[in-house]
Amino acid sequence: MKEYKTITSVKGPLIFLERVKNIGYGEFVKITLSDGSIKRGQVLETSENKVVVQIFEGTRNIDKNAYVKFYGDVLKFPVSYDMLGRVFSGSGDPLDGGPKVVPEARLDINGLPINPYKRSPPQEFIQTGVSAIDGMNSLIRGQKLPIFSGSGLPHNELALQIARQATVLDCTESFVVIFVAMGITEEEAKYFISDFEKTGALERGIVFLNLASDPSIERIIVPRIALTTAEFFAFNYNMHVLVIMTDMTNYCEALREIGSAREEVPGRRGYPGYMYTDLASIYERAGKIEGKNGSVTQVPILTMPGDDITHPIPDLSGYITEGQIIVSRDLQRKGIYPPIDVLPSLSRLMSKGIGKGKTREDHKSVSDQLYAAYAEGKDLRGIVSIVGKESLSKSDKLFLDFADDFEKNYIAQKSNENREIQTTLDIGWRILSKLPEEKLLRVSDELIEKYIGSFRDAQNKAY
Amino acid sequence: MTSGVINLGSKGTVYRVSGPVVVATNVDAKINELVRVGNKGLFGEVIEIDHDKTIIQVYEDTSLLKPGDEVITTGMPLSVELGPGLLGSIYDGVQRPLPKLSEQMGEFIKRGAEVPGIDREKKWEFFPLKKKGNRINLGESIGYVNENEHTKHFIMSPPNIQGEIIDIVEQGKYTAEDILCRLDNGTVIKMYQRWPVKVPRPFKDKMIPNAPLVTGKRIMDVLFPLAKGGTAAIPGPFGSGKTVIQQQLAKWSDTKVVVYIGCGERGNEMIDVLTEFPKLVDPVTGSPLMDRTVLIANTSNMPVAAREASIYTGITIAEYYRDMGYDVALMADSTSRWAEAMREISSRLEEMPGEEGYPAYLSSRLSSFYERAGIVVTLGGKIGSVTIIGAVSPPGGDFSEPVVQNTLRITKTFWALDSNLSQKRHFPSINWLESYSLYYDSLKEWFESKISIDWDRTRTEAMKILQKEAELQEIVQLVGADALPSDQQFILDVARMLREIFLQQDSYHEVDEFHSLKRQFSLLNAIIRFSRLGNNAIKSGIEIDKLLKLESRAELSKVRYRKDFERKIGLINETMSKEFKALLGE
Repeated sequence: MKEYKTITSVKGPLIFLERVKNIGYGEFVKITLSDGSIKRGQVLETSENKVVVQIFEGTRNIDKNAYVKFYGDVLKFPVSYDMLGRVFSGSGDPLDGGPKVVPEARLDINGLPINPYKRSPPQEFIQTGVSAIDGMNSLIRGQKLPIFSGSGLPHNELALQIARQATVLDCTESFVVIFVAMGITEEEAKYFISDFEKTGALERGIVFLNLASDPSIERIIVPRIALTTAEFFAFNYNMHVLVIMTDMTNYCEALREIGSAREEVPGRRGYPGYMYTDLASIYERAGKIEGKNGSVTQVPILTMPGDDITHPIPDLSGYITEGQIIVSRDLQRKGIYPPIDVLPSLSRLMSKGIGKGKTREDHKSVSDQLYAAYAEGKDLRGIVSIVGKESLSKSDKLFLDFADDFEKNYIAQKSNENREIQTTLDIGWRILSKLPEEKLLRVSDELIEKYIGSFRDAQNKAY
Repeated sequence: MTSGVINLGSKGTVYRVSGPVVVATNVDAKINELVRVGNKGLFGEVIEIDHDKTIIQVYEDTSLLKPGDEVITTGMPLSVELGPGLLGSIYDGVQRPLPKLSEQMGEFIKRGAEVPGIDREKKWEFFPLKKKGNRINLGESIGYVNENEHTKHFIMSPPNIQGEIIDIVEQGKYTAEDILCRLDNGTVIKMYQRWPVKVPRPFKDKMIPNAPLVTGKRIMDVLFPLAKGGTAAIPGPFGSGKTVIQQQLAKWSDTKVVVYIGCGERGNEMIDVLTEFPKLVDPVTGSPLMDRTVLIANTSNMPVAAREASIYTGITIAEYYRDMGYDVALMADSTSRWAEAMREISSRLEEMPGEEGYPAYLSSRLSSFYERAGIVVTLGGKIGSVTIIGAVSPPGGDFSEPVVQNTLRITKTFWALDSNLSQKRHFPSINWLESYSLYYDSLKEWFESKISIDWDRTRTEAMKILQKEAELQEIVQLVGADALPSDQQFILDVARMLREIFLQQDSYHEVDEFHSLKRQFSLLNAIIRFSRLGNNAIKSGIEIDKLLKLESRAELSKVRYRKDFERKIGLINETMSKEFKALLGE
């Protein structure tokens, strides 16, 4: 351990020291201020005589007289099984008035990359009880599936619903839910925690809170602390961990803040050029490992600035995550909850986790067919707005009605409604049965016979 | 690169550490030389020399590296080991075998591991092709081993070694380190050789590509074919199916060897390839696909400098198999991640940024990579090819960004992915209006002589219909389809058939995922035949509704899934003739 009192400058979240010797890159640092309070930080750059340190708690009150202690090791976070059911701050201190956690292990918060060879392929379907996800963009254990949303949209409600309802079929183990808040308001945080307490989810959950009023640099470490905890539960206790992180946009803002304080050459829209690599070091910590029973599944939430999916934050995230669930303002305006726009949404691992023996044999076909038909219906809406409904052919009109039907009866559900996957698939068939059979190119005749037959008969009787 | 005789050279000292970039003093090294940094011996490459300072990019995580740490030179550039055992392997970006790494240190990748790319213990049965007294030229084979059931792995003299054989071993089992052959000038040939990754392996002559790389995908093979030895770019926004297409190409391309580089991609996707390829059967040889595949996996959370190296590692391995006289396909997924790695390192070096923060040398690096493709006469006198298929992930799907634009300037086949199509579950989501292939003209003859003399005519007609559809769609948007005259309505219908029956292909369906060129042609031909007959019928005053109800039309829509495709398509053609005869006879 080395201690210095050689701060030369303080700039934004960074401090600069001179006359230091052999400080390691990434070393953990504690700063003791003149009033006795302590702040923590990490070395961002080191050279013979100059060191740059980022301070997690922000640099307020730091002056040139502060003592800076270098620990000779990276930041390690104490983890324990007893963390279950607790609420912590963004740097891991208890916020719920409970005692400090007695650590079982101290782990490097940056983790280590999983050897791709030792990953085991994610293939267990997670039933979230939300049709738009289960039926159309299934979540799979070990996947990282973000929710791309916009400000003012009900992504938090949706995240809570997933946290409450997520189960794996034919499996008694339940999820440990780790909830990570980055720069959200106190009100939102209260909403989450009270819902967790009300539904009993907190008993099998851990909460890390970095509020909007907390130092922004802390946001750099919260997700890493949380994922270190998640990996500990997944790979030491063989538990299934669902990590919900909101809001990744605030994380990226913090990253940009550091970049600009260091006077780095900015990349797109001022975000640092290494943002892709940095985000990957968070998202890639989802997965399963061969020979271990546990898993880490991530549902990060990010609000797209200006609802723009080409903005660097959603864009770079989309290239790393295994799909995305898109929350749409249009559907929200129509009063549909959850307002998930399934067309641009995607789950890359879906096909691995569905089908015979996993969900149901018809799952893939019926979701492909719903996609195709809904896409056609939505195209027709565009045409109708120009030429009017009258000029449409009979079959086009059916597709137009289908799109409405799909939104009202398949996508829409109550925020406490937990739909079984079978129900979801049956609803799909029911609304497909109103389309002419020869237009259903994505489903085989056998499936049509098996699943639509009953609806056709019922309809015929009705007439 | 990692083992064998390393001449530990001079020692220098770390001066500054910033992420993957390390500045050292007193290092006596050349540009691109490999060095070991710190007490863990992390691998790094010298990328810049500035007065007394040497700038090194480190291929591993640099946490806790500090000023004052040692830097040791190795005297050689970053190289790969080339020899039997490459096929079926999975490496990280600097050719460390991932299975061996996991044996050494478990599920996670720790630092400073040293594992040779080629197994030193394994014995291979060597069959000599030369005798004592024979002269060996540069790159000539002295013998071979059977790397697997279907691949003869030729043991070649390295491209810088030649001479007269004074001693060569007999047939028998040898390890990679055993000396197989001594030459009169004192050099020896072992089963493996090293080659610096950034130097293209030499060849005698480059030829003009003249045969298609058959992919089994109708839109690629028929509309926008790629030549063996050619280059292709697949740009598309996320979610448009790039990775699925790359994996499908790796599965179905009719090449002897496939090098698949997962460059900065997802770990879960790599494991997908890893678990699926050993199970999949090569349609040509009947053995597991993994037997012809070399995988290079540098996932997005692995060190960024190794990501930059992975592309070079891959292409060098590809060139090595080319030199044996094989056709090799190289898939790079994704070159954007590679370019971003360059950008990241460049920005750490505080270089003056070019467009969008990319370094000014982006364009020259990209072109020198793609230029390593080609069909060549090798030094050993054989003909081999390397085909490069690079995925590009443009931010926001914007094709005007620098990586796409610089790639398009070099590559000759362009498969433009379109997220509108993928949202409609139209796969492969290649946009038929934007894509192109500059190889088609030189391949036309091949198709006409090998598949059908009508190939070009049929293809041109299909393209015309698709283009006409795009024009008509604009009118339909304004006035509705019913307002069109019936011959134009019929064009829209045929275009729809082309899109839904021919262009779409299901990658998860056992029959549909691969169609031979013959099948592709007969399917297209049947649709075009329907179009011709239909046009005649409409000219003779038959109502369009009647055409839409024909049985042959309905049957065509599902024939691509049939195992007995050939029989069925014959029947459909017969039905079609009968139905149209009946219509006109009315």
